[in-house]
Amino acid sequence: MIQINNLHANVGDKPILKGLTLSLNAGEIHAIMGPNGAGKSTLGYVLSGRPGYEVTEGSVTFNGQDLLALEPHERAAAGLFLGFQYPVEIPGVSNVQFLREALNAQRKYRGEAPLTGGEFLKVAREQANALGMDMEMLKRPVNVGFSGGEKKRNEMVQMGIIDPALAILDETDSGLDIDALRSVGDGINRIMRKPDKAVLLITHYQRLLDYVKPDFVHVLADGRITRTGGAELALELERDGYKELAA
Amino acid sequence: MRAAMTVLPTRHDEAWRYSDIDALARAWPLPAPESIIVPAGGTFARTIIQDSGTIHQLDIAIGKGATAAIHVLNIGGDYGRVELNVTLQEGADFKLGAVQIGGGAQTLEVITTVTHAEPGATSSQIVRSVLAGTATGTYLGKVAVARDAQQTDSVQSVKAMLLDRSATANAKPELEIYADDVKCAHGCAIGELDAMGLFYLQARGITPADAKKLMLQAFVAGVFEGAADEEALTEAALAKLGDLV
Repeated sequence: MIQINNLHANVGDKPILKGLTLSLNAGEIHAIMGPNGAGKSTLGYVLSGRPGYEVTEGSVTFNGQDLLALEPHERAAAGLFLGFQYPVEIPGVSNVQFLREALNAQRKYRGEAPLTGGEFLKVAREQANALGMDMEMLKRPVNVGFSGGEKKRNEMVQMGIIDPALAILDETDSGLDIDALRSVGDGINRIMRKPDKAVLLITHYQRLLDYVKPDFVHVLADGRITRTGGAELALELERDGYKELAA
Repeated sequence: MRAAMTVLPTRHDEAWRYSDIDALARAWPLPAPESIIVPAGGTFARTIIQDSGTIHQLDIAIGKGATAAIHVLNIGGDYGRVELNVTLQEGADFKLGAVQIGGGAQTLEVITTVTHAEPGATSSQIVRSVLAGTATGTYLGKVAVARDAQQTDSVQSVKAMLLDRSATANAKPELEIYADDVKCAHGCAIGELDAMGLFYLQARGITPADAKKLMLQAFVAGVFEGAADEEALTEAALAKLGDLV
């Protein structure tokens, strides 16, 4: 589904990714773990096209397309979803309006008919219910006044509505209590654990992986993948720390 | 009550400091300001859509316990100006909601002088400007509180959004208070669209232009609340925003 080859990227003048190579096939869930500052969030931002994150070398192919040639909104329409570590507050814009515009913009890009207000609300209600989110929250301005946990839940509701092919989830588990963690984990499994989808989980901790079992675990250190293993690697990391393994 | 101006102002005149004097000269001489008297206990509402490069001057005298609400959309022509000179008597209320949206080389301005002549009157001015290209948007807002106009309550909220670094926003709140028991709150901010917010919207599939439009729509939201033609005003504002992004 996605092939990242020898990816180098700068933030400002500073090289962060230094030759990262990684492939995800449809049906797979990968976890990327690593110490602070290794480049985990940068990888998510580079793949989704955030301005200021400059690719200096390497390539990314997403379902046969040159991902790096696309604008951020085109990448979204092509099926890529970034779950933000810090979901952004947008005062004055309601969640419902935002998501309906987002979904219909993607559908338009793909040559599909837009959903009517009624059709959209039905989908939104289903996803909100499945994530245990009150519909009233969907009417409020995007993430404004939401707690950390509510913001992450909202990201999952968005993912459910948009239904992407590839989800890159940047520390979706941070700031969640046990119940919210389980509900977010269930959400990831329900929405993304499918033969035609793939997930890249960026996380510091093993605990999300108790709910969403990865097929592969990678260690990202100093801008490169330094080790790859199965789900057991996460347990090893939790026990021994990154220092030994990153070397 | 003002008489018609006889001498063309220059930029040395504070109220015309940021104006397009050449455009003003072409419109010169201006007719006398429209005079509106709201009788005691009365209500008055007016919507001004400036979409053709004109100068509106209104003098509004609001009688005891009366209310006046003015909504302004200032968007058209090379030079558009809406100037309000408001006097409040005891317990009167004045509300202004103004949006100006300019691109190209437009010069748009809203000028208000609100005089609390007597006690217990309330006033609020909400002004939002969105400016692109080399446009200039100005709001000069003076609130004067007379010596015995105690219990005056006046609020001013002024915000401008610059879409290009080449655009200019001028904002000048001015308070002249001679009474000692008054509440005059004013806030003023000039900024740019939040880059992270724009990226967030785009990362969900919204095009760059629509992302900007959505955030600008939020920026001007609420200003036209209570206007009889709120929907038409909002629509006209959105159309103009759509031209800019």
